[in-house]
Amino acid sequence: MAFLEIDNLQKRFGTVDVLKGINLSVEEGGFLVLVGPSGCGKSTLLNTIAGLESITGGEIRINGRAVNDLHPSQRDIAMVFQSYALYPNMTVGQNIAFGMEMRGVPKAERDKAVAGVAKTLQISHLLDRKPSQLSGGQRQRVAMGRALVRDPQVFLFDEPLSNLDAKLRVDMRTEIKRLHQSMKTTIVYVTHDQIEAMTLATVIAVLKDGVLQQFGTPHEIYNNPANVFVADFMGSPAMNLIPARIEANGGGVAVVMSRDGLAPLQLKVANDSKLSAHAGREVIFGLRPEAITDMSGADRTSARVVNADCHVEVVEPAGADTYVVTRLGGREVIGRMRSDMQVAPHSTVPFAFNMDKAVYFDPQSELRIA
Amino acid sequence: MAHASPETAVRTNLAVRALIYSILIIFAVYYLLPLYVMLVNSVKPLDEIRQGNMMALPQLFTIEPWLSAWSTAQIGVQPTGLKPYFINSVLMVIPAVAISTMIGALNGYVLTKWRFRGDGIVFGLLLFSCFIPFQIVLIPMARILGLLGLAGSTPGLILVHVVYGIGFSTLFFRNYYDAFPTELIRAAQIDGAGFFRIFWRILLPSSGPIIVVTVIWQFTNIWNDFLFGASFSDVDSQPVTIALNNLVSSSTGVKEYNVHFAGAVLAALPTLIVYIVSGRYFVRGLMAGAVKG
Repeated sequence: MAFLEIDNLQKRFGTVDVLKGINLSVEEGGFLVLVGPSGCGKSTLLNTIAGLESITGGEIRINGRAVNDLHPSQRDIAMVFQSYALYPNMTVGQNIAFGMEMRGVPKAERDKAVAGVAKTLQISHLLDRKPSQLSGGQRQRVAMGRALVRDPQVFLFDEPLSNLDAKLRVDMRTEIKRLHQSMKTTIVYVTHDQIEAMTLATVIAVLKDGVLQQFGTPHEIYNNPANVFVADFMGSPAMNLIPARIEANGGGVAVVMSRDGLAPLQLKVANDSKLSAHAGREVIFGLRPEAITDMSGADRTSARVVNADCHVEVVEPAGADTYVVTRLGGREVIGRMRSDMQVAPHSTVPFAFNMDKAVYFDPQSELRIA
Repeated sequence: MAHASPETAVRTNLAVRALIYSILIIFAVYYLLPLYVMLVNSVKPLDEIRQGNMMALPQLFTIEPWLSAWSTAQIGVQPTGLKPYFINSVLMVIPAVAISTMIGALNGYVLTKWRFRGDGIVFGLLLFSCFIPFQIVLIPMARILGLLGLAGSTPGLILVHVVYGIGFSTLFFRNYYDAFPTELIRAAQIDGAGFFRIFWRILLPSSGPIIVVTVIWQFTNIWNDFLFGASFSDVDSQPVTIALNNLVSSSTGVKEYNVHFAGAVLAALPTLIVYIVSGRYFVRGLMAGAVKG
């Protein structure tokens, strides 16, 4: 039995279904990231776990105990809010101790707990300041301190890094990961940033319009997306999703795409029974930018790298890599080449397609077919 | 040439500034003139006023009119001065302001942070009470006060002012709390604070500016009220506004203008003091929410 279980959870606001039957489960010590575009219901889902929103149907269990009807303070959870939600009239120390004060913990014990948490987060020197006298990063730490001091069964994070500048966000992300590794407490974390999701999670739940699109490890989500939405949402730059056609090609099948100024591109695929069932039909061919490279940059462990000439439209050097844009099947396709590749725009150069990484979707249902 | 040199720009700027300042000064003088007349004439002997020069400074300075207005002048039939009525007003204003502010704060808290079905309608109805003319409720209110056994008493007047004040105080607090981050309430809920604890510990400590605004507003309105005082009070509960009227219209002997002026300043003093002491916060409170703090 999992530690945090969400069973067929439904939430309706008036006539609007916000969550349509969500099923999730996390093992003890797991790090679940809820990710999706804004309005997908991820924050609502977190709030229902916290008990800040009531639910319309289904059940939420923490450590085997149904918490549906429990008040937020009785669910043994702690939450870090997007705006940090520090009480402006209290000092940092009082902020961290407020929950314990409400539960009637004696003053001496409170002070000891606050001091301990402050030491962990390196905010001991800030304890007598008011939140208004702190920087964004410091407020973030205090908000985490307030959650940590509770020592709860589950931590809930609601987009905690979205108000920080880019550099601090990366630092805090590492810090959260380190804290999780040392405390081993179960965490549910909401973000719209797919990189945060990939780096932090042990399991990711991708949501869209109140429906769970895919639930799996970061590796599964990234390499085996269940549908076009997940494929497109996770990864930056996004996966190339190219309208293509499957055709029988001596013994095996090939993916055929129109190509700018050249004959249609044919990429041979190993004999795949799932794919050959679609021979003669249109599909959406998905390949991540890092699987479209220059020939010498191609993955040597891959069994099937196909080389083909393509017309280069735009070249975007990004320091570590150079992104090269071509056009296949009428779509812009981004390939990731080594930065020392000399590629000129409007030239035709050989691209290496790593077909091991290719995924295929049905253009109508947008579901994965192979 | 048509080019405006920097010097002319500076000169025009100065001229505009001078114009603005002189207009503002004229207005200020215009507004301060009645106060000047009242103060100057309240410290003159009656003879000097009778000579007809209201604007002149006193030749003979005396505080006799003030003492008389405070403790010996004829109010109606009693030579008590304004003192007992002033005390009546204080006894009425302080509880009325405190209670209506408190209820307004609670209403604002519930209407923004503990939303319920139909809260918009409730707020609309409360707002409506801001616009009901006083005259309309005089007779029903008299009946209610009679039924409650509060007619002609200070508690009765307090009730009337509280009922009338809730509309405005709710409006102030609701708009202020509307901008108060709901995440703070949620954080406090998770921390285990209940309805009243969140109110006391989180919301009220952050409500300074709006409390000042509400208190000034309520204090001024209730202190200056004449109609309710005239309608619902007896001799021993009349507020100072009624007494001032009675002082001025008592027609035994000569009209003591200097005493009347002194009485009027006395009656206006508390509101004046409230404005001077907390006017800064008043403006700040009205601006709160306009800019993020």
